[in-house]
Amino acid sequence: MAEIRVQNLQKAFGAFVAVKNSNFVVEDGEFFVMLGPSGCGKTTTLRMIAGLELPTSGQILLGGEDVAFRRARERDIAFVFQLFALYPHMNVRKNMGFPLLAQGMPKAEIRARVEETARLLRIDHLLDRSVSGLAGGDRQRVALGRAIVRRPKCFLMDEPLGTLDAEFRDLMVNELRELHNRIHATTVYVTHDQHEAMAMADKIAVMNHGVIEQFGTPRDIYDHPATMFVADFIGSPPMNFLAFEGTLAPGDRSVTVQGAPVAVPELREGATGGHVLGARPEHVRFDDASRLRGAVYGTEYLGTQQIVTVETAGGMVKARIPADVRISTGETVGLAFDAARLSLFEAAGGRALATAAREIAAREAGHG
Amino acid sequence: MSAAAHSVVVPSTTAKRVAATLVIVYALISMIPLLWIFATSFKTPPDSIAYPPKIVFTPSIEGYCNLFTTRTRQTREYIDALPAPTGFCDETTRKRNMVIAGPSNFLPRFVNSLVIAFGSTFCAVFLGTLAAYGFSRFRVPLADDLLFFILSTRMMPPIAVAIPIYLMYRELGLSDTALGMILLYTAVNVSLAVWLLKGFIDEIPREYEEAAMIDGYTRLQAFRKVVLPQATTGIAATAIFCLIFAWNEYAFAALLTSGTAQTAPPFIPTIIGEGGQDWPAVAAGTTIFLVPILVFTILLRKQLLRGITFGAVRK
Repeated sequence: MAEIRVQNLQKAFGAFVAVKNSNFVVEDGEFFVMLGPSGCGKTTTLRMIAGLELPTSGQILLGGEDVAFRRARERDIAFVFQLFALYPHMNVRKNMGFPLLAQGMPKAEIRARVEETARLLRIDHLLDRSVSGLAGGDRQRVALGRAIVRRPKCFLMDEPLGTLDAEFRDLMVNELRELHNRIHATTVYVTHDQHEAMAMADKIAVMNHGVIEQFGTPRDIYDHPATMFVADFIGSPPMNFLAFEGTLAPGDRSVTVQGAPVAVPELREGATGGHVLGARPEHVRFDDASRLRGAVYGTEYLGTQQIVTVETAGGMVKARIPADVRISTGETVGLAFDAARLSLFEAAGGRALATAAREIAAREAGHG
Repeated sequence: MSAAAHSVVVPSTTAKRVAATLVIVYALISMIPLLWIFATSFKTPPDSIAYPPKIVFTPSIEGYCNLFTTRTRQTREYIDALPAPTGFCDETTRKRNMVIAGPSNFLPRFVNSLVIAFGSTFCAVFLGTLAAYGFSRFRVPLADDLLFFILSTRMMPPIAVAIPIYLMYRELGLSDTALGMILLYTAVNVSLAVWLLKGFIDEIPREYEEAAMIDGYTRLQAFRKVVLPQATTGIAATAIFCLIFAWNEYAFAALLTSGTAQTAPPFIPTIIGEGGQDWPAVAAGTTIFLVPILVFTILLRKQLLRGITFGAVRK
């Protein structure tokens, strides 16, 4: 296993720049997820690490060696494709043994390794079956098996659960993470599904328009989004945004939104002009004393919780509150926030402002 | 019926019967000439030119005897002085006041046809597969123009280029050689092969080769071990089309071959019997000529069907 270090990686297709100046490090044994909407450059980045695309410029260090312009077969990596790419003319055993055959491994050893891997993935009973007759989850396991069997430097996975139905996906998410915990393989996993990313990743890079918007742990990304894009992309429902104007100074602990004072984490930088207050739905409370008021627009009952949409002068705000609170549509409510959990952004550009909350989180991440 | 649920239009039993009747009637009409040739090949020469034509006749393999032999006319005394006939062909020939002088040219011509048709089919499919893979997977500059150029070589009728090719072949010493004919048929067929195979290879997801290349194989190995096995249907269909063309081709063969490299199509009509065309022998030659293509087509009929409906069932 090896560390993956991506430095100033750039990829252009003609005039279109798919990946802009990417930098990140996947530490040895880490499960790294690249998350973003389709067309954000995550798959292109993965394919460059794999050697299926050559970068326009930049470096990809695999275990300290720059492999950016090497052929795929010289990189010693394994790739799991979205559609699995199991060779249809070979049975499960041959599919899994195919990478070992390339290395010129003796037949008996291939057999032993394939069987060992199959047992690890609990597919040893399928070894002599044709791949075309397999169910989605089993295909997925065979594809994983073909990747694991070689014991490569790292695993690259391109939306491998994308074609499975929701129920099965949850199962495979657990299985994948459990597998990772057992073999500690450096893994780069691409997905557009935030739940998959949150559930599996040690580190996440959120990408948009070829740029990494944020790189961090799932907790860091959820609690302290670096940009409004990240705040909006992660979380369901996404973060609420309330725009306000004003001059902010370092040390401020309160901002004025729609004429109401709102306590926020202590600011570490000053800013002028348009700003946006970001609040996760679970950090919104109803408080009749609050001067920030709105009318209940609708509720979504989720069993243990409900999502209440409130129409304020500055737009809709969604609150996640216990399901037993009785709320009726049209009712006027006051909104209060969990001050320590709020984020502040620049309206132009969407960058998050430095606050005490972010500082503490960064310090904790540094220690961890 | 769950199967019916997937079909847009469910044909009724009556519709199916009408369709089947139409197909059978059409097939019978199409097959009459072939059946007539087959029947003629088992007639005696007098039966073959009898008027009114004989539908019912005593079968004879005289046509086949005449196809494979050359005969000379002899006097009755000469024939009577010969030792007893050694077989049916010998006996029949003697009854017509002739003796077998030796084997005819049919067998070598038939072998020429086999060598030239299968040889050129192999070359066309081999080159076509490589070219189609290249067009399908790489960014080839001017790919569309090149593909059109390749197709355009088929737009002229063969007879329009026959004379220039004849002159070129004479200069190059390729006239009446198997190599010349293989080259010519390959050139004609390769355009068809590239176009057909490109469609088939386009359908094979790139991920298969990418997976193989990541698994440690070179592109050529990935092509051989992963792409080729999946392209077999397309390759088989293309091979049949190429083979049928090369096997049946008459114009070029008649013009460019006369002796050692002559193929069966121009040879068969030249079988001359005593006092006119020996129709049973011509029919026998035609019947035998049909066999290889029939066998090949039946063996690969599934692929051929897919080749014919190619493009119609996708997208």
